[in-house]
Amino acid sequence: MAAGEQVTLLDSWASSFGMRVRIALAEKGVKYEYIEQDLWNKSGLLLQMNPVHKKIPVLVHNGKPVCESLVIVQYIDEVWKDKAPLLPSDPYQRAQSRFWADFVDRKIYEHGRMILTTKVEDQEAAAKKDFIDTLKLMEGELGDKPYFGGETLGYVDVALLPYCCWFYTYENILNFSLEADCPKLNAYCKRCLQKESVSKSLEDPKKIYDFALMLRKKLGVE
Amino acid sequence: MDEREYNMAEEVKVFSTWASPFALRVIWALKLKGVEFDTVHEDLINKSPLLLQYNPIHKKVPVLVHDGKVICESLVILEYIDETWKQNPLLPEDPHQKANARFWAKFGDDKVMQSIGGGVLLKEGKEQEEGFAASMENLKYLEDEIRGKKFFGGETIGLADIALGWLAHYLDIVEEIVGLKLIDQEKFPSLAAWKQEFANAPIIRENWPDRDKLATKYVAMREANLGKGTPK
Repeated sequence: MAAGEQVTLLDSWASSFGMRVRIALAEKGVKYEYIEQDLWNKSGLLLQMNPVHKKIPVLVHNGKPVCESLVIVQYIDEVWKDKAPLLPSDPYQRAQSRFWADFVDRKIYEHGRMILTTKVEDQEAAAKKDFIDTLKLMEGELGDKPYFGGETLGYVDVALLPYCCWFYTYENILNFSLEADCPKLNAYCKRCLQKESVSKSLEDPKKIYDFALMLRKKLGVE
Repeated sequence: MDEREYNMAEEVKVFSTWASPFALRVIWALKLKGVEFDTVHEDLINKSPLLLQYNPIHKKVPVLVHDGKVICESLVILEYIDETWKQNPLLPEDPHQKANARFWAKFGDDKVMQSIGGGVLLKEGKEQEEGFAASMENLKYLEDEIRGKKFFGGETIGLADIALGWLAHYLDIVEEIVGLKLIDQEKFPSLAAWKQEFANAPIIRENWPDRDKLATKYVAMREANLGKGTPK
């Protein structure tokens, strides 16, 4: 980091969006200050840095905020471009990466949100099948590559990997096994967790599950 | 053009529908950059096998096909276009300004379109009141962002302008149908000025879909959603 450069991350420990930014910063070897946010009692700093959404993550770089996790990841890739490129250089391959990251946001995030906020008895078989089908689509895109980014961890990996510590929660609520239904994705998560940039950015799945149960109780669905 | 020139010419195709504001973004971007392309007109009730082959996941327009390379999702396509044809750039060089443009494009799709389309056009009564209130809040953020600028992109049309551009035409039709004014000149003077500027900009002004056809379509959508239309 250049002298005088200030990088701060406003984040919340369980957030899959925040984890994306943590992975990206770790891949690039960027030193930063992490400030945990209380989302039920939002700080003045958060409201000042993200007045539109009032959400985390927010990256503050030399006083200037960047909001929205995938916007932040692209920003990180462009500013710290000399190390561990996350997006490929070819425009068509970049478009493919953006498409799949958008797919993770639209489908996996939405499924996850539904699972989290629905009572166990109301979880429909159709929704479960849809979720597993979505995960299988990701498996298809991964193919035989070690990462979605090819030989090295890339943009789509950064978008998806946080869910690796949330799958345990979804498995328990939906009653399915990632290892049984999506073995390739399961193996992928295990493999990626061997990377320090990933393991240090994600949280213990059991802690996440406790957190999820607490959220569900608050929402009246548990 | 001789045979060798023809074979070297790029093939650019856009799969679109007459009404889609998303496909329109792609058409604007290509025309603003002076890129020649063919349009494949789709009927979404009767999607072509080619569209389903090119976009099996979402089965939607727009799709861009450039020399056999297929790209889906309008904002992804816009970035591809900007990186491939570098004249008249849609995004600035500076990473922070770039991030800002992407932020507002996403805000437009995630929040503005949802509140106006889903919350105002397709609702009535209390739900519509809530949608209206949410829309006004969202428009206020846009007002604050555009103040002092000709376009969201600065002096020239940028990614955010193209993403939000539907507000400069489609919104008028929504306002007429529901009898509510959203981009009120008094409440949002800067946004109202941007609307005028954008709607009348070269290229943009030549490509708007027909107002009456859109009105008919949107009235039908509204009635279907409210359970008043004839089920198809």
